Amino acid sequence: MTDLNEAILKAFQLIKTADADLIEIVLLSFQVNGLAVLISCIIGLSLGAFLAVYRFKGRTFCLIFINALMGLPPVVVGLIVYMYLSNAGPLGVLGLLYTPTAMVIAQTILITPIIAALSRQTLEVMHNEYREQLTSLGVTNWQMAKTLLWDGRYGLSTVVLAGFGRAIAEVGAVMIVGGNINHLTRIMTTAIALETSKGHLSLALALGIILILLSFIINGLVYAINNAAERYAYA
Amino acid sequence: MLNEANTASLFPLVVKDLCYLANNKVLIDQLTFSIERPGLSAIMGPNGAGKSLSLRLLHGLIAPSRGTISWAGVTNGSHVRARQAMVFQKPVLLRRTVRDNLVYALNINCSLDKSLHEELIGEALKRAGLTGHTTSPARRLSGGEQQRLAMARALMHRPALLFLDEPTSSLDPNATQAVEALIEQAVNQGTKVILVTHDIGQARRLSDEILFLNNGRLVEQGPTNEILSGPQSRAAQQYFSGEIVI
Ligand SMILES: Nc1ncnc2c1ncn2[C@@H]1O[C@H](COP(=O)(O)OP(=O)(O)OP(=O)(O)O)[C@@H](O)[C@H]1O
Ligand SMILES: [Mg+2]
Repeated sequence: MTDLNEAILKAFQLIKTADADLIEIVLLSFQVNGLAVLISCIIGLSLGAFLAVYRFKGRTFCLIFINALMGLPPVVVGLIVYMYLSNAGPLGVLGLLYTPTAMVIAQTILITPIIAALSRQTLEVMHNEYREQLTSLGVTNWQMAKTLLWDGRYGLSTVVLAGFGRAIAEVGAVMIVGGNINHLTRIMTTAIALETSKGHLSLALALGIILILLSFIINGLVYAINNAAERYAYA
Repeated sequence: MLNEANTASLFPLVVKDLCYLANNKVLIDQLTFSIERPGLSAIMGPNGAGKSLSLRLLHGLIAPSRGTISWAGVTNGSHVRARQAMVFQKPVLLRRTVRDNLVYALNINCSLDKSLHEELIGEALKRAGLTGHTTSPARRLSGGEQQRLAMARALMHRPALLFLDEPTSSLDPNATQAVEALIEQAVNQGTKVILVTHDIGQARRLSDEILFLNNGRLVEQGPTNEILSGPQSRAAQQYFSGEIVI
């Protein structure tokens, strides 16, 4: 029990003194996941808007496919990316395995379907409302998609936050393709896994506290955004 | 400043055997009529008669299951589509400010000189009586204000043909008058208006002819005073005398 209390105390000390290792790990987490979410947004939001607006053969299959991808087990994504990037794999020559880039790739694959599926849902509800009026004004499907993306900005930002929240808490895939190398590919979740297994509870706990805090911040932001949308009747 | 709406290529609007089915139910049943002249044609009829559906069909928002619609002899309506506008029974406003809703409509058909935009927007705001609400979120406006904004937006391009689906059903008498003034102004500028309304007084004030629908069918068509003073069909007689039509 005293061990635990001591660990908690040390954890807060690490945070308070802005421990160098801790900061490095947190920053890398943000870099890797921030970049992954950014790429996921570019692909996922376009895909979501496209699926909300266009009707084509095989669309239903696409929707089911993307929804299925949302439930991809991270370790399996890690395994697949690993196979592609490993020396024996087709992209082995790039030498990306065990680099932050590999982690960005894996995270992007995990997050893109989430952003695509959730944004499609948000935008399709809006499309049903807007379709006839905008068609009447003479907009093309392309303009319709752009309009939906802008008018859906509040709802979509909560989708993006959900994607970031999911990414920052992920461990399976980044562990496999990043290798959890100290000072190179160690991020919050992989560090927690390692430090815990080594019995270094204080660093693990400090990171855990930061993750929980982040979760609160993200949900607070989502709440604030919804509130603002409500106020302007933009929800 | 802008050309008057050119309606020459619209008439006659001929609707022939128009049918619309949904879930195997016949909702529009062999609708056949023609509209020959500018001015204002009112479509009347009880709830569920198919008035809104008819407007959607004419405007090209939904495709008929059977039948044809032709404009001055041309069946493919795409050449008139661009010159039509519609105000829906429930106004659909963008999640933007009042002003940006108008700007949006202007930017869609960007054939206009940008320098004219400010003037047109100012004019539209004034006509809609919304000059005090320029930067308010459009969806925070009252129902009547929303309806007026939708109306001003539809008139932005001086459409040759304007479809109005019960544009005053949720307005107070003053706002109704304002909207009717907008409608008359549009008609005077040469816009053909097809108006759905339940308001008999409004039909009398504004319309040149009435088309009466019931159960997805056209029951009567004729000059306004004839239809209002002596409807021939049982359904129209009951409707105008305030009885429930089944
Ligand atoms: N997409 C649809 N699928 C099935 N039924 C529909 C559909 N759209 C309309 N209907 C039905 O068609 C009928 C006519 O609808 P419409 O909206 O044209 O009525 P209306 O004459 O405009 O009535 P109101 O005066 O109440 O506005 C209604 O009974 C409605 O339930
Ligand atoms: Mg209706």
